[in-house]
Amino acid sequence: MATADIHITQEAHHDDHEHHDEHHGNFWTTYVFTIDHKMIGKQFLITGIFWALIGGALSVIFRLQLGFPDMQLEWIRPLLGQWVTPEGKLDPEFYLALVTMHGTIMVFFVLTAGLSGTFSNFLIPLQIGARDMASGFMNMLSYWFFFISSVIMFISLFIETGPASGGWVIYPPLSALPQAVNGSGLGMTLWLVSMALFIVSQLLGGINYITTVINLRTKGMSFSKLPLTIWAFFITAVIGLLSFPVLFAAALLLIFDRSFGTSFYLSDIFINGEALPNQGGSPILFQHLFWFLGHPEVYIVLLPALGITSEVIATNSRKPIFGYKAMVGSILFIAILSFVVWAHHMFVTGMDPFLGSVFMLLTLIIAVPSAVKVFNYLTTLWKGNIRFTPAMLFSIGLVSFFISGGLTGIFLGNSAIDIQLHDTYFVVAHFHLVMGSASFFGLMAGVYHWFPKFYGRMMDAKLGYVHFWLTFVGVYMVFFPMHYIGIAGYPRRYYSFTNFDTLNTFSDLNMFVSIAAIITLGAQFIFLFNFFYSMYRGRKATLNPWGSNTLEWTTPLNPGHGNWPGEIPAVYRWPYDYSKPGAKEDFIPQTVPFSETPESNLPHENELIKLESDTDEDVIVVDEK
Amino acid sequence: MTGDLKLVEEPQKQLSMHPKKFALWLFIITVIMIFAALTSAYIVRQGEGNWMVFELPMELWVTSGIILMSSITMHWGYLAAKRDELEKVKLAVGITTFLGVAFLVGQFYVWGALVDNNVFLVGNPSGSFLYILSGLHGLHLVSGVIFLIIVLISTFKYKVHSKNMTRMQMCATYWHFLDALWIYLFIFLLLNH
Repeated sequence: MATADIHITQEAHHDDHEHHDEHHGNFWTTYVFTIDHKMIGKQFLITGIFWALIGGALSVIFRLQLGFPDMQLEWIRPLLGQWVTPEGKLDPEFYLALVTMHGTIMVFFVLTAGLSGTFSNFLIPLQIGARDMASGFMNMLSYWFFFISSVIMFISLFIETGPASGGWVIYPPLSALPQAVNGSGLGMTLWLVSMALFIVSQLLGGINYITTVINLRTKGMSFSKLPLTIWAFFITAVIGLLSFPVLFAAALLLIFDRSFGTSFYLSDIFINGEALPNQGGSPILFQHLFWFLGHPEVYIVLLPALGITSEVIATNSRKPIFGYKAMVGSILFIAILSFVVWAHHMFVTGMDPFLGSVFMLLTLIIAVPSAVKVFNYLTTLWKGNIRFTPAMLFSIGLVSFFISGGLTGIFLGNSAIDIQLHDTYFVVAHFHLVMGSASFFGLMAGVYHWFPKFYGRMMDAKLGYVHFWLTFVGVYMVFFPMHYIGIAGYPRRYYSFTNFDTLNTFSDLNMFVSIAAIITLGAQFIFLFNFFYSMYRGRKATLNPWGSNTLEWTTPLNPGHGNWPGEIPAVYRWPYDYSKPGAKEDFIPQTVPFSETPESNLPHENELIKLESDTDEDVIVVDEK
Repeated sequence: MTGDLKLVEEPQKQLSMHPKKFALWLFIITVIMIFAALTSAYIVRQGEGNWMVFELPMELWVTSGIILMSSITMHWGYLAAKRDELEKVKLAVGITTFLGVAFLVGQFYVWGALVDNNVFLVGNPSGSFLYILSGLHGLHLVSGVIFLIIVLISTFKYKVHSKNMTRMQMCATYWHFLDALWIYLFIFLLLNH
């Protein structure tokens, strides 16, 4: 019997990281100023959870005002102090601040930093087979810039004049003039400083993610073998790299307008009958610059969630992802389109109707790649051997929100219909479903799925199911009625509707929404308990609890610095060989060569082996036994 | 029997370039995006009318000449380092640093000339934009000069030579980029002021 055994990969391998494995740092270098990508990912996650709680709490406070306008809020005075008026009502200006900070916190601090920051940092090196990020130091800086930015934003919540209150989009002149609203004073300054630091953090992170994905892939990990998570994180980082500098430019000009008296955004403004000196500025200019970031930001938030979903759905359907190339193509197409649709946020700014139709057309084209993604998720699920893990439920929930929220996007993308719907609760419902909740569910799916890799323990599945169902039903109860409220013409960001007879009809529906919002926030505490309890007391995880193909499950249970104790494994196949006909098990990890699975190889994969054996004939060692 | 043959195919090593150099290029892209945003804002704002037209100060031609020359000396230094002519490297990087500082001083005089011309930071956006564009570019140029000084110090420690070119290459790339960025801004201002 002849056995040819070729081990070409056994080259002398020297890696300094192997020595580091034995080395244990002190508390400060391990948990605080760490340069290990896994710990930095966890830092982002914990900070993101902290912000999510604050953002959620803020939303419940303003939902109380909207659902129960006559409610006595005296009991909340210990927390809000003078923001509760002597009559026991919420201060109207503080209501605006709540809405603004809820938006800012959720969009940037939770769904950008908390989602991208956590999973890009944690998964990129693990899934492409790298020891760490390209620059661990830059990665550490990225977190600490985010941390300082968080501290400044947090402080702004407690200052006397209140935090920024011009909406998360900070349109001037409202945000530029302290006379406009209290929050446009110191609160707005802190907002701008905080966001400038946040942008620096995102750029440092993004440069690192892109460099790592392109340069540090392990042997055999070609772009066509990358897991879809990595594709999504990679494209997200590219979008961020191109769009965040534009927000920086917009903020810079706003800072000059506010603090140095320039007139980029200000012109012909009278306050109390007195003209301001600013002449020649254009507030629409700010909107153009802002939405050039603002729209890609939507996909910065959403794409990582879609990537996580692709991975979770394929793994738990025990089926290869349907249309891998179409998935990659649609991510790319969405990324490109995201840069040429920004003006659909500005249909009612008096722009040229022809230009409006151009942006309308481009906007509606986004429905095509989005539909491709939805179709591929559904066809992956179709006839799959589905395992309903909590992560899987959250991923399916994401697909549901992506469909129901995406459909309303088609209405809003029409420049004519937008005249009626602009800045109503219909818009609020739309983006909370398709961007907010969908991304949040992607985040949750990621946490449940990779928790065993985070902490080496399993989260409790039963609590996960309760958390999922309460959140899933809760989200629909909150946002579905909002569509009706919006079509009825309720404008967003209004303190109260009791002064308008026409808007009294839906006060019961508003009450319903508020109650649902409180329940949904309450359900998150189940998750919090599950998360922190499982971290210390959870069931010990096995090495590959979900039977997954990707590289992170080939590491030890609690991977040390450098991730793999020995050599980094090489990659031979794509990450979606689930339930391959003929295979012994229903998954074949990426590290298994085709030559070891002759029973399940397809003809072209056998060709690959032959090809290799032809070129390497001289190294074949025939061992006669 | 072929069925018993155990062939292990060799996975290919992935193409990659130096991570730090790659990161520098990505950083350059972010800077390009900032200036693309600002110059687009300039055009959009100009298109809306109420735009003060003024003559660009002649000093801008001088500073543009200085920074072009600094690019030439930078390249000279780069070639010298490749050929291990270390004395020439010191000289070239030293001259480049000096020219960089001279450019910054020159830009400051440009601002003075603008003020003499009654163009102020506060006022019509056409003037404010000029200050912002040149100021922000100047800020980036300061970072470039700091980079040059770091390289200059390492040349005196004989750490820049043909076997150790990474830092020199990155510095040259960044400096040429800052030069090209200024030339773009200058031509842009000439065409659209």
